Amino acid sequence: MMTNPGNRLTQGQFSFLPDLTDAQISAQIKWALQHGWAIGVEYTDDPHPRNTYWEMFGNPMFDLKDPAGILMEINNCRKTFPNHYIRVMAFNATRGGESPAMSFIVNRPGTEPGFGLSRQEAEGRQIHYTVHSYATDKPENERY
Amino acid sequence: MSKAATGGTVKEGKERYKAGVMPYAKMGYWEPDYEPKDTDILALFRITPQPGVDPVEAAAAVAGESSTATWTVVWTDRLTACELYRAKAYRVDPVPNTGEGTENEAQYFAYIAYDLDLFEEGSIANLTASIIGNVFGFKAVKALRLEDMRLPVAYLKTFQGPATGIVVERERLDKFGRPLLGATTKPKLGLSGRNYGRVVYEALKGGLDFVKDDENINSQPFMHWRDRFLYCMEAVNKASAATGEVKGHYLNVTAGTMEEMYERAEFARALGSIIVMIDLVIGYTAIQSMARWARKNSMILHLHRAGNSTYSRQKNHGMNFRVICKWMRMAGVDHLHAGTVVGKLEGDPLMIKGFYDTLRETRTPMSLEHGLFFEQDWASLNKVMPVASGGIHAGQMHQLLHYLGEDVVLQFGGGTIGHPQGIQAGATANRVALEAMVLARNEGRDYLQEGPQILEKAARTCSPLKAALDTWKDVSFNYDSTDTPDFVPTATASA
Repeated sequence: MMTNPGNRLTQGQFSFLPDLTDAQISAQIKWALQHGWAIGVEYTDDPHPRNTYWEMFGNPMFDLKDPAGILMEINNCRKTFPNHYIRVMAFNATRGGESPAMSFIVNRPGTEPGFGLSRQEAEGRQIHYTVHSYATDKPENERY
Repeated sequence: MSKAATGGTVKEGKERYKAGVMPYAKMGYWEPDYEPKDTDILALFRITPQPGVDPVEAAAAVAGESSTATWTVVWTDRLTACELYRAKAYRVDPVPNTGEGTENEAQYFAYIAYDLDLFEEGSIANLTASIIGNVFGFKAVKALRLEDMRLPVAYLKTFQGPATGIVVERERLDKFGRPLLGATTKPKLGLSGRNYGRVVYEALKGGLDFVKDDENINSQPFMHWRDRFLYCMEAVNKASAATGEVKGHYLNVTAGTMEEMYERAEFARALGSIIVMIDLVIGYTAIQSMARWARKNSMILHLHRAGNSTYSRQKNHGMNFRVICKWMRMAGVDHLHAGTVVGKLEGDPLMIKGFYDTLRETRTPMSLEHGLFFEQDWASLNKVMPVASGGIHAGQMHQLLHYLGEDVVLQFGGGTIGHPQGIQAGATANRVALEAMVLARNEGRDYLQEGPQILEKAARTCSPLKAALDTWKDVSFNYDSTDTPDFVPTATASA
């Protein structure tokens, strides 16, 4: 079990707050749409801090402007992958941005085993560190 | 002021080059009809002339002394296209609320244009040797302050700019949509490497993104740099495994020589650090060298503005911090301390907005209210992440988000390490306060007004935040700023 505050993975904008309700998620979707950002839903069973490419639950929804429709997609993803990490991303395409503008977790597995740190002693007291996700000891889709 | 008023300009011929002394304004350094070119470098100086010195002559003298002039006429000018190399003062305005009928001695804003060919490409040292070189000691002015500059796109394109920039920094950290959180390890002096790393680990595990060396932590008898680096990286990696987040510690590589700085930076890289830091006092050329090194080594480069207040704080002499912001964006740093508005260090809200816009926007319009005298196009130079540090705490989160926005590192040193329940709890309090405030802002709430209630509600499920609010609720630093913008809403009459 993770021993950090909250005992959970703390990636994303709101991991230190109680899990967001559907109404709270909808409010965040509206904020993104007001800015013209496209929302994408992504999931993974490998939450390593440097696992950049979570699987996309479809492309970002560039043409969907209805918060209820976007929430439905999020909930479809939750139904399909109830024990995965799922995050909502917002993509800003304007010049000078052109990068994600939001990222927050909306689903996580019931138990979060977290990560181990392995140390390889090297020359001159240096240590080479590897962060290892305990979940990835099992094959994909059998991890949680 | 017309040419007649200054006795007529003599730019050419025998008359102009007669041996002897002649007013600067007459030698071609005052050109009220001059229309600045898009490729000109423009500078705005605040001039306090010596008693009896005409403001136009003072402005012309500043233009002269920061370009081609010396105290007497020299015939060798005639071997050059000297008209091009002369800087041209083209506008002089009285500063509002100075001079007769006010409590302040007369000051003037002088606009001066410099041709692009006066400067070497990609060199802050060369630019500054002219603009803030000899001229600041010039006797005809009692005091002189460089208020702002307009750097043409053609010149900016000769600079690397920030090694990483806000966009790529966020992508590397995998952190979007909220300010980043940091803290400076305290006490700044005396901790051993082992004890120092403890502070770093606790703060990062508790919820901060970054911890920072202070400006004067280099390699002293109580802790040599190698030990600090090794223990800090143990703390960073352990905290990263404990939270599943990318974490960092700004390892200060400031040292006595470039060779020593490169050695420390290389060691930080070998240990897997994502960020190193330098102090402003290492100098412009050293900063540019470290920025090139950082770009080459995928490293974020943090700059601590140690020393700047010796010349940026007093209104009549030195330079405004917004000019440092511009030079540092050109020089190529990724982080720059730029004020907190509400904390313990100097900072008028309007001025701070001008600094932040200068660091973060792709283009800034002229805005006298924010102290920006010129429109500035940043020519796709990366954006610099401003850092707010010094006397801020979780109870001010609504004000910090309102004044400073989202692309900023909020650094709570005392506000983390001084928490009554410990360092981890201090970090957690800050992170919860931040996330609650961003959530509320995004929900469209009037978070500036409702801030205290939003924090109080978040504290109901977070005892560290409750303790932080109880401890620091009455702490504020309400002193008048010494450096504020001078403007009147309508345009002032041209001198």
